[in-house]
Amino acid sequence: MGLFKDLYINDSLIVASSPHRVSDVTTSKIMRDVIIGLSPALIMSTFNFGFQVLAMASVCIAACIAFEAGFQYITKRTHTTNDLSAVVTGLILAFNLPPTLPYWMAITGCFVAIVIVKQIFGGIGQNFANPAATARIVLLLSFTNSMTTWAKPSIPLFGVPAIDAVTSATPLMLFSNGQLTELPAKIDLLLGFTGGSLGETSGIAFLIGGTYLIIRKIILPAIPMAFLGTMIVFSLLIGIDPAFQIFAGGAMLGAFFMATDYATTPITTKGKIVFGIGCGLITMLIRVYGSLPEGVSFAILFMNILTPHIDNFFQGRLYGRSSK
Amino acid sequence: MFSFKKSLKSIHLEHNKSTMDLCTEMMPIPEKVFISVVQHIGAPCQPLVEIGDLVKVGQLIADSKAFISAPIHSSVSGKVVKIEDIMSSLGTKDKTIVIETDKKQELWEGIEPPLINSKDDFIKAIRDSGLVGLGGAAFPTHVKYNPKNLDEVDTLIVNGAECEPYITSDYRTMMEDTENIVYGIRIIMKYLDLKKCYIGIEKNKPLAIKKLKYATKNMTGVTVVTLQPSYPQGAERVLIYETTGKNLPPGKLPADIGMIVSNISTVGFVSEYYKTGLPLISKRITVDGNAVLFPKNLRVPIGSRICDIIDFCGGYTKPPKKIIMGGPMMGRAIYNHKKALIKNNNAILVFDEEMSKTPEETECINCGRCYANCPLNLMPTAIAKEFSRNNIEGLKKLNVSICMECGCCTYVCPAKKQLSMINRLSKKLIQEEAKK
Repeated sequence: MGLFKDLYINDSLIVASSPHRVSDVTTSKIMRDVIIGLSPALIMSTFNFGFQVLAMASVCIAACIAFEAGFQYITKRTHTTNDLSAVVTGLILAFNLPPTLPYWMAITGCFVAIVIVKQIFGGIGQNFANPAATARIVLLLSFTNSMTTWAKPSIPLFGVPAIDAVTSATPLMLFSNGQLTELPAKIDLLLGFTGGSLGETSGIAFLIGGTYLIIRKIILPAIPMAFLGTMIVFSLLIGIDPAFQIFAGGAMLGAFFMATDYATTPITTKGKIVFGIGCGLITMLIRVYGSLPEGVSFAILFMNILTPHIDNFFQGRLYGRSSK
Repeated sequence: MFSFKKSLKSIHLEHNKSTMDLCTEMMPIPEKVFISVVQHIGAPCQPLVEIGDLVKVGQLIADSKAFISAPIHSSVSGKVVKIEDIMSSLGTKDKTIVIETDKKQELWEGIEPPLINSKDDFIKAIRDSGLVGLGGAAFPTHVKYNPKNLDEVDTLIVNGAECEPYITSDYRTMMEDTENIVYGIRIIMKYLDLKKCYIGIEKNKPLAIKKLKYATKNMTGVTVVTLQPSYPQGAERVLIYETTGKNLPPGKLPADIGMIVSNISTVGFVSEYYKTGLPLISKRITVDGNAVLFPKNLRVPIGSRICDIIDFCGGYTKPPKKIIMGGPMMGRAIYNHKKALIKNNNAILVFDEEMSKTPEETECINCGRCYANCPLNLMPTAIAKEFSRNNIEGLKKLNVSICMECGCCTYVCPAKKQLSMINRLSKKLIQEEAKK
């Protein structure tokens, strides 16, 4: 027994506050799941628009990582690029852009998202606005022409499209212009065979990715359900096709991947429901009554601004405070 | 809207209960025992013996006149060789009575079964036995069993939810001392005039549930409740909710809502004392972890040092890096293995370097997991913010005082923030402010 006792070394014990066990969930694992959740849409988008999609996504991801690393290097902060959050931001921003957008514009968007919106507010978790939504709005207002030139999807698979030459209106533009008879078939909307930005296409792919996130408990269903549910109810109330509304445009991308961003949305379930309803409502108001064809990113940004107040107002009911 | 919800939020942990089927062994009497005068919550005791005195097993060696306190008895027979201030495993410097054992284990002459004819006799007997809450809180049991409004109390809740990973000592009590538990329930209900009793046991202990259901089947008012095998089912507030569906409002005691909650080993001891009159001088504990040779369930004399206990378990297999008194979720990491066992300890866990690492903290991403998993719906990130601002009013508003330090928030945090520790510090901050 003496031998075993000798293994004890004086003053070598670690003293720490309990608990002494933690789960294996980390920020980078969460981000990895979000990337997995986004991949069906990336695959469908590549299928529809060609390899240009992968190029755009790569440029955005690389730029986001570079801006984050560069900013942290210059300001002498801890490097956090290995938490993968910059990859997620880059990918979501790419989904918000038309595949034909010049790369320098996309990179400008990455600068806005990473440096202006995220890093100068303190980095991951500290930003109050969704980086991708804000960057998209900045690009839309700065480069309106390029941001609204939509390529026609090229089918069959991976055919090299003459993308610069072919432009087409997005389904929501047709809707906005009142060209209701020219709206694409539902099946095309579901699979994404319509014009639009990278991620404004396949509803099915986002449903798959979003379901994956819900199953993996990365997101709660509260926000996407409130968001899309409100859009459906609103559409039914004013007598337009609800399925068209939720499958066209960026509603799916927004509801599952942008309106669920942890840092910029409420923490309580009730707060999340209110947030989702607000997003759905503003999206529909812009689409139906506003002059812009699409309103998802504006809706999300607006609700981001309200988030601290929603959180204050809808604090969870403390245990034992029930009026049972 | 949520009032139909049956369960409070909880987390799922690996149970690691590999010592479950190990019968309790008797730990041999060590050369020396170190009995601290602080073995409970409340006033410290004063030593009643002097250096050179001979003591016997069960002899009263320290007591206090304070109401919230519990007497301390010698766990061995031998000679008092030292009474000195030693830093105990609780981190406070307390008088410690060091007894050199003569290994004869002679019983003190005064040991006899208590004479109980009334509630007052019963409470006095509980006090004389030195019993404290054995689940970990170490609150003097005679105080708990004698609330001011005892006439309004009608329910006994017996805590058989051993929700901490690794620990199986309560489970062994249920398996080996079933009769004591049942008899303990009987006398507690009789003398405190209680009508109902719920025994909460988690689903992952089917044999214990079976045994207790069988043993209590002819008792009126006694129900065995099967609980989910999640953490923290054994926390007082959670257990009350899961067994009776009642909420314990912040700042209230269980007696205020008509119940007394007691650990299952505490209840078992009540009947042991009733039968023999032998006070609380030993404790059943689990010794486990990946750096100890033979994990065991043991009955250990109070005051035995951890190093002696580990020696009996075959010693270390690897250099120990963390020794925890209690479970991995709420236990206390000690800084030296020469610390002595006190009444409320129920486990000693020894881990190597790999299992002892504190993960690196990253930035909070506001994911809300801490809030979503808090059994009491607290908002740990908001508490952390107010704590960093030293805002005591803000902390009070966030109700941090009801935090039971179960550690769920720290456990689920992807950023590995020490949220539970911040809650603990926040509670201290409020307490100190109140003292001013």
